[in-house]
Amino acid sequence: MINKIVASVAEALAGVKDGSTILIGGFGTAGLPNALIDGLIEQGAKDLVVVNNNAGNGYTGLAALLQTGRVRKVICSFPRQTDSYVFDELYRAKKIELELVPQGNLAERIRAAGAGVGAFYTPTGYGTLLAEGKETRHINGRDYVLEYPIHGDVALISAYKGDRWGNLVYRKTARNFGPIMATAAKMTIAQVHETVELGELDPEAVVTPGIFVKRVVAVGAQGNVQANAAQHAA
Amino acid sequence: MNKMNRDQMAQRVARDIPEGAYVNLGIGLPTLVANHLPADREVLLHTENGLLGMGPAPAKGEEDWDLINAGKQPVTALPGAAYFHHADSFAMMRGGHLDICVLGAFQVSVKGDLANWHTGAPDAIPAVGGAMDLAIGAKQVFVMMELLTKTGSSKLVETCSYPLTGVGCVSRVYTDMAVFDIKKDGVYVADVVDGLPFDELQRLCGVPLRRG
Repeated sequence: MINKIVASVAEALAGVKDGSTILIGGFGTAGLPNALIDGLIEQGAKDLVVVNNNAGNGYTGLAALLQTGRVRKVICSFPRQTDSYVFDELYRAKKIELELVPQGNLAERIRAAGAGVGAFYTPTGYGTLLAEGKETRHINGRDYVLEYPIHGDVALISAYKGDRWGNLVYRKTARNFGPIMATAAKMTIAQVHETVELGELDPEAVVTPGIFVKRVVAVGAQGNVQANAAQHAA
Repeated sequence: MNKMNRDQMAQRVARDIPEGAYVNLGIGLPTLVANHLPADREVLLHTENGLLGMGPAPAKGEEDWDLINAGKQPVTALPGAAYFHHADSFAMMRGGHLDICVLGAFQVSVKGDLANWHTGAPDAIPAVGGAMDLAIGAKQVFVMMELLTKTGSSKLVETCSYPLTGVGCVSRVYTDMAVFDIKKDGVYVADVVDGLPFDELQRLCGVPLRRG
């Protein structure tokens, strides 16, 4: 019997190696897999490359992971936020490397990794600082930049419901990078509000088919919505 | 001269957004445009983090932090709205499906180059977000900005001195003093506020203008 549901966050994160590239879902705090990030801090893997749209908010979640000093490099589109204190300090002290990627290129590079695409030409960023040194090509009257996929060793994502085959549905705009990151990593770990029996998820509505998911752990809504609300109220 | 305030500028932009348009409003000044779209006009707002059919901010106490906009503020979803993942969301931009995006800017050049993501200051932490995708993706890119900087120099320039967001991508510029169309053969003044003669506008801009 296939059962991807694991009993604890610690079990979900077992085996994450030093030096891994970790794709972490979320846009700001929506869809950020806080329970898994806390679990990764606990687990202790270091020398990590983290891929996320942002670079942490406040002192929890991704920011807390950065604060441990175990992240060597961040690949993201928008590190600077009103409450990105931890990243800002590390960056200014040159204690963390930043690869800044336009958001659509970030998404497409992750999608390309999941789809087995070797590289692709994108119009985004042509003629800007972020395309400096990159190969370009003129195709059908338009200029493009060559971009390469971003593969993850591990993806940590947050979804709404999951079953034991790893099928996932998401909640509102917390979906964001989850579905594409799930496809782009060797080991995708999903935290969900709740697990459900096989057949309870409408096959027409499954967003991430279980083939892309290795482990599912239920953390309750407090892993997402309530924690976010508390953080924003603080 | 009757300079427009921020709400009047937003109202002016809203006038040019037609029924049925798919529109992305950038963070800051462009966000105000949503408040001025007439209730009887169906315009679908797109937010880069995965929602088409974005509605207004929720009532206090009704916030759902899984439902936010690109500025990471809580929003609502209209009946008929759709959620989707990031690659689909950006395919809507770079695939040319969005009709209009409205962006803020530091500078726009007479050739339609846009600078709006980075001042280039050595201590600045760079952040680009979806700006470069929007700039090259939407069918029409509108810029909304005050015409002059705090020190009085024009933000409509011959060549951008700030790092570029996109090359030759801006089609229309809405300012507090005039609206400009950027065309292959030059910058046309589409309209101008009361009490500002063309010659005076020309002097303030410092780049060659044509009468629209």
